[in-house]
Amino acid sequence: MREMIQMVIVLTILSVVSGGLLAALKDNTKEKIEYQQLVFVKGPAIRTILDGASNDPIVDRFKLKDGDIDHSFFVGVFDGKAETITFESAGKGFGGDIGVMIGVNLADDKIVGVSVTTHQETPGVGSLAKTDPAFAAQFKGMPFKDQFAVKTDGGQVDALSGATVTSRGVSAAVSDAVKVYEKLKPQITEKAKAFSN
Amino acid sequence: MAKSITQEFVKGLWDEIPPFRLVLGLCPVLAVTKTVENGWGMGVATTFVLVCSNILVSMLRKVIPSKVRIACFIIIIATFVTVVELVMQAYAYPLFLKLGIFIPLIVVNCIVLGRAEAFASKNGITRSLADGLGIGIGFTLALSALGAVRELLGSGTLTFWESPIQIMGASFQPFTFMIEAPGAFVGLGLMLCIMNMLGNK
Repeated sequence: MREMIQMVIVLTILSVVSGGLLAALKDNTKEKIEYQQLVFVKGPAIRTILDGASNDPIVDRFKLKDGDIDHSFFVGVFDGKAETITFESAGKGFGGDIGVMIGVNLADDKIVGVSVTTHQETPGVGSLAKTDPAFAAQFKGMPFKDQFAVKTDGGQVDALSGATVTSRGVSAAVSDAVKVYEKLKPQITEKAKAFSN
Repeated sequence: MAKSITQEFVKGLWDEIPPFRLVLGLCPVLAVTKTVENGWGMGVATTFVLVCSNILVSMLRKVIPSKVRIACFIIIIATFVTVVELVMQAYAYPLFLKLGIFIPLIVVNCIVLGRAEAFASKNGITRSLADGLGIGIGFTLALSALGAVRELLGSGTLTFWESPIQIMGASFQPFTFMIEAPGAFVGLGLMLCIMNMLGNK
């Protein structure tokens, strides 16, 4: 009996101490890890879109709620004006969700750039959405009034050859992003102002 | 015959060097040693876990009831592995991306549990520290060496920290077999063979 109690006590104390230690460590490293993930996973995409910004968009970020979903917005400062923001959206691709970073100019409501962050598309076919700059570049400067769709669906986007599903996914992500943007625009403008200098 | 503390440390570097002599913990050895950087990164992570768990197991060896000792060891090891995982994510994210699943898998690495069970639970703190450090550094050296051989033949470069250094000339045709999984077995086998030949003299 005594041995039994000792086993229970030792295991309990060990688990509690270990749990407490890890919880504390996780709390302390949370911000740092989030930053690192942004730098290495989303950073390249953000930097492509906000090329030449005078600030660090990964530091100058804010969050807004759209219903239950949290969106992170990254602000790019050009000529002292914080008018360009980027945020992430997702669309269904051939192999799963495609994460797409979208840059929008608040002043004239135009798309500044689009860049794929994460995907599981076929290497060499669908993966071109990320690596072929020409595909992403066609979104640049498009005014957003209507739905974005590939040309075979009657839209304005040139699909990647052999990767129509991927191209549709990216277009859907952009359309979604536009909806989010239009819904949250007043709040975004308000928040982005704080980063102007 | 009892060994001195220095002997406990040194034995991990040659006489009992894992994975070549103990032939334990082969999963990460085969999987991550595509580059030197991956090799030593994994080695350092394992060394940290090994040293910390050895010290703690040795400190608690009189408190831990023998019936639940494995469970206690695993809690201790898992805690330190999670520490490594979090710290690596916070300060060396690119390395974390490359090592991926193999960091959490240190929990089930035979070397760590093996040292806790076979050594630290029977010896004092200083000796356990020396043992953990020796075995850990031996493991790191072994992984780096295997990583160097595989990377040199497989891609003609050596990566010590982030950017690869071109060693072979531009005309070198990479022997890609070496950085594939089967190449790991062949590389490990050859190194074991060389070590045994040297040891027999």
